[in-house]
Amino acid sequence: MDNLADIASLLNSTFRISTPLVFAAMAGLFAERSGVIDFGLEGKMLAAAFVAAVGSYFFGSPWMGLLLAILACVSLSMLHGFASVTHKGDQVVSCVAINILMIGLTTALAAAWFGQAGLTPTLTSDQRFLEITLPFADALQDVPIIGLIYSDIISGHYIFVYIAYLSVPIVFWIVFKTSFGLRLRAVGENPSAVDTAGINVFSMRYKALMVNGVLIAFAGAHLSTAVNANFFREMSAGRGYLALAALIFGKWHPKTALIACLLFGFTDALQIRLQGVELPMIGTIPVQLIQAIPYILTVVLLAGFVGKAIAPNAIGQPYIKER
Amino acid sequence: MATAVDKTKVPWWVANLIVPLVNLLLALLVSGLFIFIAGENPLQAVRLIIYGSFGYIEGFAYTLYYTTNFVFTGLAFAVAFHCRLFNIGGEGQAYIGGLGVFLVAINLSFLPVPLVWLLATAGAVVFGAAWAYIPAYLQAKRGSHVVITTIMFNFIASSLMVFLLVDVIRDFKQMGPHTVALPKELWFPTFKELAHLFGVKIRYSPLNLSFLIAIAASFFVWFLIWKTKWGYEMRAVGHNTKAAIYAGISPHKNIIIAMLISGGLAGMLGINEILGVHHKIVAGFPAGYGFTGIAVALMGRNHPIGIFPAAFLFGILYQGGSEVTFDMPNITRYMFVAVQGVIILFSGALENLFRPQIESFFVNRINKEKMA
Repeated sequence: MDNLADIASLLNSTFRISTPLVFAAMAGLFAERSGVIDFGLEGKMLAAAFVAAVGSYFFGSPWMGLLLAILACVSLSMLHGFASVTHKGDQVVSCVAINILMIGLTTALAAAWFGQAGLTPTLTSDQRFLEITLPFADALQDVPIIGLIYSDIISGHYIFVYIAYLSVPIVFWIVFKTSFGLRLRAVGENPSAVDTAGINVFSMRYKALMVNGVLIAFAGAHLSTAVNANFFREMSAGRGYLALAALIFGKWHPKTALIACLLFGFTDALQIRLQGVELPMIGTIPVQLIQAIPYILTVVLLAGFVGKAIAPNAIGQPYIKER
Repeated sequence: MATAVDKTKVPWWVANLIVPLVNLLLALLVSGLFIFIAGENPLQAVRLIIYGSFGYIEGFAYTLYYTTNFVFTGLAFAVAFHCRLFNIGGEGQAYIGGLGVFLVAINLSFLPVPLVWLLATAGAVVFGAAWAYIPAYLQAKRGSHVVITTIMFNFIASSLMVFLLVDVIRDFKQMGPHTVALPKELWFPTFKELAHLFGVKIRYSPLNLSFLIAIAASFFVWFLIWKTKWGYEMRAVGHNTKAAIYAGISPHKNIIIAMLISGGLAGMLGINEILGVHHKIVAGFPAGYGFTGIAVALMGRNHPIGIFPAAFLFGILYQGGSEVTFDMPNITRYMFVAVQGVIILFSGALENLFRPQIESFFVNRINKEKMA
């Protein structure tokens, strides 16, 4: 039974670790499906983490932190839209600017307001989100199999974990079953046709970016007000890029992107577990190399050994209305 | 919004001097606001920056030392950008380039010194280029986006180097994660020795021979991009891939060449840091210079003539910035990372924010003068 418990705890961490990736991938899906590249997920996640932590600390409520994080991320998405949709600036450059700006600004302000280390104050338990025990989880604990799955894997997560996995079918429904979703996808594939049909390409892209901002804020808040109890420098640690890689690997589809996120999460959970463990035949793998595994996996997945990814047709191109 | 003017009627100095300067000014204004939010006086910060970078000879030498790094990483980003590639991996390529410098220098130290310098520089270029090769190959052959792969290679380079510095090439007699020092005769001559020749006494200066190599690299890049067939082909692929294919130019080949040269240039940061300053590999020595190269290149409009002053400006910001962090407890070096982000935003993504207005303003004025 010991192995089984090990597997359960591994799956439990997989779901937790994948959560910010799922939010980020869904956020990226909206932007990229509308034809706007979003490498800025990393910077926005960092901004959300910082704002959520500071907001929760000042207002004493993690929900206020989350709300402010949403405001911050939507503003950043609007900035990205202003530069790359309205002013037709280079989308990748705009994202790189947002990322570098946020790496600098979050840490600089944390240091200015809370002292040199660049950490925000540790949140008390009413200033952060806590793990939720689902109903009957304790009662079912001892039931074989069901108890293991329900009580040890599904129950006992932060609220964001549940929101993240619920968001996937909702995103799927919006993008593939509603007229908004149809327009969204059309704007990313063939903006001039959509324009001819009388739909405003610019406003569609701005709407997509707004949804993008809301979703990515959850990823950041999860990092700084749920899993951790404060913000620290560069705490997003490349997750924005991993999520984007998952999105590309998942061919810009919510379901496949989710699977890719879970794969990243699983690798990361495994990587934490492998540190310092002696493996048969190989011996102990140096910790630095184990930590590099998710990044190596990203490159391998992006190399498309599992099939070539085809991006939305109009991605990265500013739309220029003909007169 | 002002209507766009006829591009051919816009004088070159408006498009390439006035507009970038206005953008830079906007970026600095926003940066000033950040310093204000952080609880310090922006004007006082400007004063400290100018004093720190120009006020005394050691400070000015430091400014030029930082400039050297930014010329290398700025040129690196620019070369790839001419082929429409975003090489965000300068940081990792510089790190691995430093490994190349060190391995060559330590193993071939018995050779004549100038030859070791030459080979170590070649080592920097080859290692940096090699680290750029896999992302380049994946972009060319598999369409894997070079932004993500180069970022991942930064993380991987960092893990790899820490592993090497902890377990393999560490100076095991010491505690810290760094290698043994190179023999003293291999160190690059510094500004301190030059100043002593002229009778000026300086305590220490990181400015070294690499500064001249950076100037040479700028000429090389200018020649490569604008005067050779390779450069022409790279620009053709960057400008319009389909037209380039039609003209018989291979995008695959040029993507790989551009990335190799870009990685090689980023790797050259290693000679400034290792032959010039640390004389050993120290964990984390690229310290963000690779990322700053992006801002430098975009501000310098990807031309060596623009990159050099842009690198100098960032040299001022870095050296003056360290003066600021010293005197203002609320400002850390991360504030200057944010400043870079703002500069990339205004001189890259938002470069057309006021361009139509500014250009039409000057064109109208010139027209009026002609009428009169």
